[in-house]
Amino acid sequence: MSVTTVHNPAPTRSGFSAGEYITCLIGIVWREGLRFLHQRERFISALVRPLVWLFIFAAGFRQVLGISIIPPYETYILYEVYIAPGLMAMIQLFNGMQSSLSMVYDREMGNMRTLLVSPLPRGYLLFCKLLAGTAVSVLQVYAFLIIAWFWDITPPPMGYLTVLPALILSGLMLGALGMLISSGIKQLENFAGVMNFVIFPMFFASSALYPLWRVEEGSPWLAYLCEANPFTHAVELIRFALYGKLNWVSLAVVGGCTAVFMIGAILAYDPSRGFVRRGPGGEA
Amino acid sequence: MHSVAEVAGWFEEIIKEIGKREESLAPKLELHVNHEQRVHEDGLERARGNGDEIESSRRLRPRPEEPAKGGRLEGRLRLRRYVGIAAYLLTAALSLAAITPASAYVAFVSNEKGNTVSVIDTDTWTVTKTIKVGQRPRGIAFTRDGKFVMVAVGDDDTIQVIDAKKMEIVDTLPSGPDPELFAQDAQGKTLYVANENDNTVTVLDLEKRVRIGDVQVGVEPEGMMLSPDGKILICTSETTNMAHFIDTATRKIVANVLVDARPRYAEFKTDGSELWVSAEIGGTVSIIDPAKREVTSKIKFAVPGLRSEAIQPVGISLTKDGKTGFVALGPANRVAVVDGTTHEVKKYLLVGQRVWHMEFTPDEKYLLVTNGVSNDVSVIDVAAQKVIKTIQVGELPWGITIAQP
Repeated sequence: MSVTTVHNPAPTRSGFSAGEYITCLIGIVWREGLRFLHQRERFISALVRPLVWLFIFAAGFRQVLGISIIPPYETYILYEVYIAPGLMAMIQLFNGMQSSLSMVYDREMGNMRTLLVSPLPRGYLLFCKLLAGTAVSVLQVYAFLIIAWFWDITPPPMGYLTVLPALILSGLMLGALGMLISSGIKQLENFAGVMNFVIFPMFFASSALYPLWRVEEGSPWLAYLCEANPFTHAVELIRFALYGKLNWVSLAVVGGCTAVFMIGAILAYDPSRGFVRRGPGGEA
Repeated sequence: MHSVAEVAGWFEEIIKEIGKREESLAPKLELHVNHEQRVHEDGLERARGNGDEIESSRRLRPRPEEPAKGGRLEGRLRLRRYVGIAAYLLTAALSLAAITPASAYVAFVSNEKGNTVSVIDTDTWTVTKTIKVGQRPRGIAFTRDGKFVMVAVGDDDTIQVIDAKKMEIVDTLPSGPDPELFAQDAQGKTLYVANENDNTVTVLDLEKRVRIGDVQVGVEPEGMMLSPDGKILICTSETTNMAHFIDTATRKIVANVLVDARPRYAEFKTDGSELWVSAEIGGTVSIIDPAKREVTSKIKFAVPGLRSEAIQPVGISLTKDGKTGFVALGPANRVAVVDGTTHEVKKYLLVGQRVWHMEFTPDEKYLLVTNGVSNDVSVIDVAAQKVIKTIQVGELPWGITIAQP
């Protein structure tokens, strides 16, 4: 029976076994992993960014907190401890955008054709790509956590395990967002716009750097904006998970946004809508 | 703690599932190798090549030479090993959960402004009761038999006695005007009370509950501590800046040791080899040799990012082995961890605002500290040297005492 499939030059999309799906997944994740490991500068820069925030920014703001105890914390904490989950989410945000950047690059260079020519469903391929990006970001986050441990950011040991699902989910959400954005970018140079219009507003209008009650003191409408920002919920999901707790609201928001962004990205990369229409401009 | 066991449970499930999949997938993967290869090459031909794509996928292709039966057996062995590891993790997590509940003690916290005493259960770390007491409660301690709690209510010029079981005031003890802190001897027979406004120390017979004498000391006496052998009583006077050595037999001052400005509290090492006296304005802790009755060294504190005026040492607690000392630094919102032998500050722990007095649980697992301005009590894990929790209590918590009810 399998002989007929082998001789069929264009296999139907429904007839693949779980093994093939897994092989494809491993292949994409492996490539992304290799690419990441071979670019040491990228690894180092991914680590340096949050560490600069931790060592320099947080040192200056040490006295900002310590007045109120907010969940999931059970006692007073230093500012460094507060922003650690925010920086973990920042790593994932940058990584998500970076993999979207690499999608633009892949498209310009033609690598993406190689990937998309695979007979497996396109949505699945994009999902694999997303998962690959997330795996890389999770590695970066754990590297950051190791260094942070020496800086007295010591969550409970179990927290390192419980934070993993939260990291995967938030990584998927931010990666899917990046993918959705990348579908609308034609050239690499436009990426600066992403920095200005996506990364910075998302990062600053969130609970990553200051607790929301503090934002509310300054401006209530800004607090609403922060509350509506999915990145805030990614940060809170990670923050709670790091201390072995679950923030249901954040889980719902992050889960919902992941689904929406991913469907959006799959539609945007649909040959009949997004990619092919723009394709000739990039390749020819 | 419930979640730990749960997580371990999920973990085990996941590992089992992976094991099952691995087993069922192993033969299938091999069957599809040919097809896989064909499809892949087909795709590459159409795309006209990209080097690293081929390389990575080749590396990942399942090896066809592996015999099917051996693979399955190996998978099963691996599965068994995974389940073993998971079971181990699970039991470890469960035993961790079982250890955590400490033997329940109760802590009584005097709230200076709230005129109440908060009772904290050290099992659940919650306030279980709030008892109304007299005006301005400060010094607080269990009687030696653990049945009563004495609390000095300064503005009522007396010491109230709370029944630790019934949690209500059952008696009062006489004292001079404005009692602040007090010390009792090892047998629980004699109580020495520092009367802040009267420059005296009142001596009470605890059994008969009557006043049996007075000792004139410096201005504003506060810190009170008996030497481990009970022969010497130390009284620090805030304005005279002295630690007075009082002979408990003759009730006379036998020595005065000058320390830094505003001495607040005194604490002996269990073996009596050292006396630590904190100076609030001076910002130091003086180490005194009780035999020679002179200051041998001083501990200084510096918290990065804080003005030195904010560092005001008050409460001192030393572990029974004398190896570690904890010093509450008042408005610095930190508790300093000090090496008991080298007198070097090892660490600063962030607690609530204006940390004042401290007390160990009897097993010395936890140290509870009162934070006056933020109205709460922070719990320090002594072994880990970490603050694990902060509990809201009444207004302006000041003193604290802990015992097994």
